[in-house]
Amino acid sequence: MSIFYPVQLLADWLTYSVFGIAQKTLLASAVNFFIFDTIKILILLSVIIFTVSVIRSFLSPEKIRFILSHKNKYTGNAVASLLGIVTPFCSCSAIPLFLGFVQAGVPLGTTFSFLVASPMINEVALVLLFGMFGWRIALIYIASGLVIAILSGIIIGRMKVEDLVESFVYQNSINAKTDIPNMTWPDRFAYARDYTWDIIKKVWIYVVIGIGVGALIHGYVPADFLAQYAGSGKWYAVPLAVLIGIPLYSNAAGVIPLVGALTEKGVSMGTTLAFMMAVTALSLPEFMILKRVMKTRLVLIFAGIVGVGIIFTGYLFNWIL
Amino acid sequence: MNNNNAKIEVLGSGCSTCEKLYKITKEAVSELGVAVKVDYVKDVQRIVQMGPMQSPVLAVNGKPALVGFTPDMEKIKKVIQDNL
Repeated sequence: MSIFYPVQLLADWLTYSVFGIAQKTLLASAVNFFIFDTIKILILLSVIIFTVSVIRSFLSPEKIRFILSHKNKYTGNAVASLLGIVTPFCSCSAIPLFLGFVQAGVPLGTTFSFLVASPMINEVALVLLFGMFGWRIALIYIASGLVIAILSGIIIGRMKVEDLVESFVYQNSINAKTDIPNMTWPDRFAYARDYTWDIIKKVWIYVVIGIGVGALIHGYVPADFLAQYAGSGKWYAVPLAVLIGIPLYSNAAGVIPLVGALTEKGVSMGTTLAFMMAVTALSLPEFMILKRVMKTRLVLIFAGIVGVGIIFTGYLFNWIL
Repeated sequence: MNNNNAKIEVLGSGCSTCEKLYKITKEAVSELGVAVKVDYVKDVQRIVQMGPMQSPVLAVNGKPALVGFTPDMEKIKKVIQDNL
């Protein structure tokens, strides 16, 4: 029995008894799907974001910087990408993170590995992928995200693009070892509670809309309808999905439930994964903010390398899965 | 208590949590009855220079005392009293 069985009972009760919709109709299937998925996803989001926030309160970016400033080039890229998973990322913290890393002597390539992994592999995306497609797809997403982050960082590091960073960045240097006041357990819980509430407040409406549209598709669009447009045989599906994903950053939470329904109707898994990665890792607002610390050419190089990595991953999993 | 050299700063990028911390800190200072000015600093380089890479930061006399989150009023009062 699934741990969400009580949620299914609640959804059944609401659909058939409270709303009085006749069983086995399209409407009943769409409404039931909507109620069940909304409650399930919101519970998963709350529990997982809270847990990750508590863990994260032990791994501050300042501690991570200290670790990274002592790593050699290649292990640095791997460690930076792994640490990127647990670190929260909003585009407003991109600048302090970038300055803080580079000015403390963390290599540029390592910094970029972190900048790729941190937004791409985040708990909201993972919860939703897990909820929609199961743990196997969530793991594939983490693994390919890590590979893209590590390789992008190594390539950018090799390109010697330090001259494309705004000159003021290198005019200041700071100590990698800083004394950040320690958090107590009540602090950690207060932080986790506030952070979880903040995220839920920000994403719930997109989740509900995403699941709502998803429920309509689930109920009314015939299975495999989309296979003729975006199945694995269509070469343009992956790059197109990536292009559509770039401006959708803030709506990552709403995009996944929607994508869940699209996959059910024939969009192939590799295309779905590429789309998800583009939504999280390639963000237009983040690029605009990064232009304050680096030349446009470096932003384009960064976006280009990550974009190619994502497209490659899409084709790869369309071919394998 | 009247300390002319003491300085409390709230540093942030202008996000809503930073503004919330600034507001609560000002209230905390007036409730504590200490005559210390509270400044709101938006210069990211200054945050990084101080050490942290997250916002908001509550710094007392140039030293970060709270980093990355906004606790409740009591905790802020305690942090100010401990560091002043």
